[in-house]
Amino acid sequence: MKIEVRLFAYFREGRDKKLFLEINEDEVTPRYILNKLNIEEKEVSILLINGRDGKATTTLKDGDVVSLFPPVGGG
Amino acid sequence: MYGYNGKILRVNLTDKTFKVEALDENKAKKFIGCRGLGVKTLLEEIDPTIDALSPENKLIIVTGPLTGAPMPTGGRYMVVTKAPLTGTIGISNSGGKWGAEFKNTGFDMIILEGKSETPVYLNIVDDKIEFRDANHVWGKLALETTEILTKETNEKAKVMCIGPAGEKLSLMAAIMNDVDRAAGRGGVGAVMGSKNLKAIVVKGSGKINLFDEEKAKKISAEKIKILRNDPVAGGGLPTYGTAILVNIINENGIHPVRNFQKSYTDEADKISGETLTKDCLVRKNPCYRCPIACGRWVKLDDGTECGGPEYETLWSFGSDCDVYDINAVNVANMLCNEYGLDTISAGATIAAAMELYQKGYIKDEDIAADGLSLNWGDAEAVVGWTKKMGLREGFGDKLADGSYRLCESYGVPELSMSVKKQELPAYDPRGVQGHGITYAVNNRGGCHIKGYMINPEILGYPEKLDRLSLDGKAAYARVFHDLTAVIDSLGLCIFTTFGLGLQDYVDMYNSVVGDVFDGDSLMLAGDRIWTLEKIFNLKAGIDSSQDTLPKRLLQDPIPEGPTKGYVHKLSELLPEYYEVRGWSKDGIPTEETLKKLGLEEYIE
Repeated sequence: MKIEVRLFAYFREGRDKKLFLEINEDEVTPRYILNKLNIEEKEVSILLINGRDGKATTTLKDGDVVSLFPPVGGG
Repeated sequence: MYGYNGKILRVNLTDKTFKVEALDENKAKKFIGCRGLGVKTLLEEIDPTIDALSPENKLIIVTGPLTGAPMPTGGRYMVVTKAPLTGTIGISNSGGKWGAEFKNTGFDMIILEGKSETPVYLNIVDDKIEFRDANHVWGKLALETTEILTKETNEKAKVMCIGPAGEKLSLMAAIMNDVDRAAGRGGVGAVMGSKNLKAIVVKGSGKINLFDEEKAKKISAEKIKILRNDPVAGGGLPTYGTAILVNIINENGIHPVRNFQKSYTDEADKISGETLTKDCLVRKNPCYRCPIACGRWVKLDDGTECGGPEYETLWSFGSDCDVYDINAVNVANMLCNEYGLDTISAGATIAAAMELYQKGYIKDEDIAADGLSLNWGDAEAVVGWTKKMGLREGFGDKLADGSYRLCESYGVPELSMSVKKQELPAYDPRGVQGHGITYAVNNRGGCHIKGYMINPEILGYPEKLDRLSLDGKAAYARVFHDLTAVIDSLGLCIFTTFGLGLQDYVDMYNSVVGDVFDGDSLMLAGDRIWTLEKIFNLKAGIDSSQDTLPKRLLQDPIPEGPTKGYVHKLSELLPEYYEVRGWSKDGIPTEETLKKLGLEEYIE
């Protein structure tokens, strides 16, 4: 399956800001992607799947967009 | 007296006289200071039905008990007046260094009355007050005004001033201080302009009396440590500024594009905090005693260095106008600071004009003489119109009074994305239901900052709420409204909520002023302040029928992106909000509520 991963703020340091992952696994979660990208789960403050709040354990489907933010904010 | 200086400066601009009056300590404590004290004072001193730009309106500049005190972010002041853009209570807050410098002169508040016949400025050095001619700086921009006035008074003095927009009574004129800090919203700069007051220059050598100096120092160090260790206040905000929100809000599909016709863009990254930091940032530009330092100092393409944009500004001149040229946004931001314009209202008004043009209301011949287009995405035009708004030049004259009056003049006021005639900020409430309550009920009109529900609904502070759910949102919003009234009234920055909680504010206040508040009584004071602002509005003829949102946001579902299909469900939330406030179903505070808040004198 194909998953688009978007990285923001300092998650971009040493990584691309947008990745298209081809994954040949039956079940893929954001946790799997975080492991692959070497990002610690506790560093993730906002995790969106297709722009909606997601969990590290949510099962992803082909074509999903995962957006990952470290703790950031403003106003 | 501790925390408060105990002195009010009353200035009559008509006959150039001033009086020093004693601050009523009980009143100050009941309304905390700054915002709360200013609103109470204004309501006592003016008839809320007056014309905001008449000499009868008063301009109150007021600090809080923690302004100038050794507490993190303790440097803020509030401008309180009847706001000309909205006709509501005007409460515009600013940071920078001016507020603390003013507090150090020994006053807590200035009440400006009447109208000078010719341009003047005030020079305040501790207890010495001077009226000075301002003809030589009338028409000058903020930076040059500041340079001239510090040169002729004291190089170390701090300057608050208006630019040409305030002089020309633009209803979106800001009051600037320290060149790039603004009491931005509601048109408070036009009130200052209507009084022919160009600037207030201050130099103070005093120090705030502290109730328990040792304890205050200890508490301050403790709170600074909390803020420094917080991942947002001590990490995200200092690194990227508020601009970091561009991508967060866009990825959630609530980043308004083309005057809220869409809420998502593929191009957001071009004007994001990440891009600003990488391509434009020169250094951080912090306010007085601020460990967070979200302010930016940026370099323009032509090499000029200046204050950098907030998230709201990147949105208003950027995505809202479909412009993704970060230098153009930086230039428009700099022009707003120089001409003294509110960046949210200015950018959003250009966006409204672009929609009026798109739909054929504004014709080519209306703008031909200006040599600027109103096409979506025209970066050069956005910069050009900002300047023309600041000078009321050509079609810019029509833009200078904001999007509501502009759209109304074409018979389509519903195309103005505003509440109580004030332009909405950079979040589409259709996808953040609680934040939409803040927009609708805010006493100063469309505004995000007096109850920032984005914190729980998007950023997860202090806990993550489902942004699309209505459940418990009215009560949550009400707590945010009261807590924000508290923080504004203390003289602190609301970004301290990234890290600090209610007890922290109690600790800071009590160590500076004396043991006055506990958590409950401090929140009750916040409730009292919010309710008093509502009373001002009701007396001004702004009833709760104006606690609403633009028709588009209530009726037209978001057409695409992650929040596709949603509208804002205000009709379900508003009755609940009034109920949790102890207001009637018509949004009027009940007798019982007024008694509970110690506002018996307003029972009718």
